[in-house]
Amino acid sequence: MRLLRRGRDGLVSLWAQFNRPARYLSLGFLTMGGFIAGIVFWGGFNTALEATNTEVFCTSCHEMEANVFEELKSTIHYTNRSGVRATCPDCHVPHDWTDKMARKMQASKEVWGNIFGTIDTREKFLDNRLKLAQHEWDRLKANDSLECRNCHDYDSMDLTRQASRAAFVHRSYLATGEATCIDCHKGIAHKLPDMTGIPQGVQSLPSLPSPH
Amino acid sequence: MRRIPIHAFLPVLAAAVLPLLLAACGDRDPAPEIRPPAPPISARGNPAQDIDNLRRNVPILSEITPLPMATVENFDMTRGRAYPMQPPTIPHSIDGYQVDLNSNRCMLCHARSNAAQFQAPPVSVTHYMDRDDQFLAEVSPRRYFCVQCHVTQTNARPLVANGFRDIDEVLRSERMQ
Repeated sequence: MRLLRRGRDGLVSLWAQFNRPARYLSLGFLTMGGFIAGIVFWGGFNTALEATNTEVFCTSCHEMEANVFEELKSTIHYTNRSGVRATCPDCHVPHDWTDKMARKMQASKEVWGNIFGTIDTREKFLDNRLKLAQHEWDRLKANDSLECRNCHDYDSMDLTRQASRAAFVHRSYLATGEATCIDCHKGIAHKLPDMTGIPQGVQSLPSLPSPH
Repeated sequence: MRRIPIHAFLPVLAAAVLPLLLAACGDRDPAPEIRPPAPPISARGNPAQDIDNLRRNVPILSEITPLPMATVENFDMTRGRAYPMQPPTIPHSIDGYQVDLNSNRCMLCHARSNAAQFQAPPVSVTHYMDRDDQFLAEVSPRRYFCVQCHVTQTNARPLVANGFRDIDEVLRSERMQ
């Protein structure tokens, strides 16, 4: 009881101190000081945020490094003829600020998982793989494959330079908005989980007339 | 006159004596360096020097110039078959196709139910039969791994000549005689 009262008194005096106008500091100092401190803190926040948005950071966890990153290495998003590549956050973190914040807050659960070893063995990872993949499919389906489209723009696709069947499918399904990238391109950067009963490609979509 | 100490000459002495010493001891006869005439080693090696066929006849001590990397033909046109029961070859690239216990990328288009949608040749009915000739709803497990029989083709030059003649060709030539 006494402790509680002392704590409350401390809080009250702190608030009084905080709420009182500055007695010795000039308005100019407070303004400029606040401005500079703002730059420092915001800059620091942003730097820290960007530091968690790198592949080095992602793969510093054993779970990411041993499973998903290892699988990425053989795919075209890791190595290709022109050397342009996607790192983890390019596909898995939205680029817009508010969406990025929302995703970062969700990611705190992944920190929890890391600390308590939710998927700290290959077996546990494989058991949860479908669930984890489903999260990403749902996210990309909901935002119309926004992270794919940050690089792959339909308007810039030269269909004549694609394989004929790829061009046909893109023209019929992607252009019409009937399907989004992730509907067909599941498992392009990581291995697929057991897909029994999960519609892949455009299996769930209405059939189109023949291209020929 | 100042006496020059003997050790001042030591380096000179050593420089004079050492080559002599080296020449005296050991086999210093200039052994004629016998080197085989450098074989013309192309990417295909030199068949005259038939040392190791697996190394494309390139001598063991020489470096092999690797063959140029072949690219997979990707033109989506059905190829003819070399003989009646030949499994059709794949006329497109299959990079990164996952065919394993979890998923079969080929069947996304070549399954009977999806073939029309993608204008892909459907898998033959025999692939739905088990070994007792019973038809299954899905592709039979023994036919599941497509690339066991069906393969892509590259633009690589054949390493060995091939004198295979189709049965039709044989019959035709017999008829001509």
